[in-house]
Amino acid sequence: MVELFFIYFAIMIVFCSVMVVIGKNPVHSVLWMLVMFFHVAGVYLMLNAEFLAATQIIVYAGAILVLFLFVIMLLNLRDEIVSEHSVDGWPAGLAIALGFLIVSVLSLVGFTVKATGPWSIEEVSRVTHTKALGGVLYTEYLLPFEVASLILLVAIVGAVVLAKKRLKS
Amino acid sequence: MNMPMPNLQPLMPEILFLCFALIIMILELFLKSKETVGLLVIVAVAATAYLFPQSFGTTFSGMFISDGYSSFFKFVFLLNLTLTILISIRYIQIERAEFGEYYTILMFSTLGMMIMASAGDLIVLYLGLELMALSTYILAAFIRHDARSTEASLKYFLLGAFSSAILLYGIMLIYGLAGTTDIMKLSALLLKSNMKLQTLFAIVMVTVAFGFKIALVPFHMWAPDVYEGAPTSITAFMSVGPKAAGFAVIGRVFLTGFEGFTPDWRLLLIVLSIATMAIGNILAIQQQNLKRMLAYSSVAHAGYAVLGVIAGGSEGLSSMMNYLLIYAFMNIGAFSIIILLRNEQERIETLEQIRGLAKNHPFTSALMLIFMFSLTGIPPTAGFIGKFFIFRSLVYAGYAWLAVVAVVFSVISAFFYLRVVMYMYMYEPSETAEQALAPSAPLGLALFITAVMVILIGLYPEPFISFARVVTG
Repeated sequence: MVELFFIYFAIMIVFCSVMVVIGKNPVHSVLWMLVMFFHVAGVYLMLNAEFLAATQIIVYAGAILVLFLFVIMLLNLRDEIVSEHSVDGWPAGLAIALGFLIVSVLSLVGFTVKATGPWSIEEVSRVTHTKALGGVLYTEYLLPFEVASLILLVAIVGAVVLAKKRLKS
Repeated sequence: MNMPMPNLQPLMPEILFLCFALIIMILELFLKSKETVGLLVIVAVAATAYLFPQSFGTTFSGMFISDGYSSFFKFVFLLNLTLTILISIRYIQIERAEFGEYYTILMFSTLGMMIMASAGDLIVLYLGLELMALSTYILAAFIRHDARSTEASLKYFLLGAFSSAILLYGIMLIYGLAGTTDIMKLSALLLKSNMKLQTLFAIVMVTVAFGFKIALVPFHMWAPDVYEGAPTSITAFMSVGPKAAGFAVIGRVFLTGFEGFTPDWRLLLIVLSIATMAIGNILAIQQQNLKRMLAYSSVAHAGYAVLGVIAGGSEGLSSMMNYLLIYAFMNIGAFSIIILLRNEQERIETLEQIRGLAKNHPFTSALMLIFMFSLTGIPPTAGFIGKFFIFRSLVYAGYAWLAVVAVVFSVISAFFYLRVVMYMYMYEPSETAEQALAPSAPLGLALFITAVMVILIGLYPEPFISFARVVTG
């Protein structure tokens, strides 16, 4: 049963991603991306990661997608819809991507499938995912967490600086 | 869930530096004179550097390592920040981009580099890298009314985001294979997983990502455009800081994390370094624009510094670190001259424009001559010492042929460095050219420091060499 769901989600994610790339109309691409985000959230749910699934929908489907739509609105792309959607040299890109895919698939067999460390699947579902994630984030991974906050600060300051009025004189 | 208070002693320099950055960010709103902001940053740098010797140790269960190796790099980053601020103060007024945030973002970028140099965990490393890179993208776009600056920033941003994605793929593979992101435990666990091909694939991805940051061929395409378009002071900053930070993590990740695969990555780096020295030096020959020429020269210098990593061991690492320190002085010195030549009316950036500079400004030309000699590696300048120790460590490690190749490319590089000297000294100035300078006290100080250090290290390298050797153990 679980495998069946996984196969459905996996196929849909791949299909939607391809549709995002080959779509000629940017608005359609964005909508396909929305569908893809929901399916990724589905995969997270299957992994007992309900918190990640929720943030995936709130952050990606909610915020980032709206941002994409804003950009498309501002660009007023009506004329460019018919333009070529593949750039020169795409065969080389495809070859590299396929090579990448093959090596990635080969790598999968080497992966440690079992969870290492104290957080086994049973333990996560016992403590609940949100609590487990919060606990780890604020203890073991406190340093990376704080550094991430600095990155956000720089992003805010940078956005303000780049949007400021031009200096006179 | 209880957690004992982590030992913050090793982090103290970073914490102090961050506090300064945040305070300066607020203070800057009330300070009319932006020169004061620059001065405050230099005070912050001095206070941070003062804390280094007491900070040694490991904390956050091995995620953050403060040792001699990281402190040496942090010293280079702080030096880079100080010199950049000295050359910026007048320049950003001329370019009409004098916002106080300029200084705080420079500080955040430097903080990112410091975190990278101390990272004991791939996640911390990645976040430090993003902090550094994001700040640099903003700085590259700082002259917003100039299309070249904005274009440079966008190019840098897109390719940087691309390389970050590749790095994350690499880290993901490593985590899948080893089950850890701790750099210190990586080597043994990767060997235990017994997945040679897959590990090599991960190593290639990590190499590609770091190669982007330090502009190794074939991942150097962004460098000439970005270096030319970005504000010159930021070009100076980018060509030293992020590059040194990239080398700091390469030194740690490759020599410790991938220790079990040394013959493999060594082969990879040998190929990349030869390509880098060849393409960097040969393409620099055609450049008419000085900033573009220095961009290709910076690519080529990354190739020389990688040789130190290839040689490996304490000897190789310390020669690489010394090289970066020397490179910081001579490269920022050369960019300072370009900034000196940028006056209110025009940019003097091409070879044609500096024709006969020595007739009008003999002292400026003499300084440029020193930096060009040093970049070529002619004794008695520091550039010679840097290259000499790199090549010596290569010979000791049994790669004499590679040292010979590097010397050959070094000779080729003399052509375009000395051409600058030829244009300045051997041609008559054209009558239309104004060649007015825009001198200022901080810029003069930066030129003084860089020129004196280039000569001093060239004549008396002993303390610097032994310092780097001591910190690598």
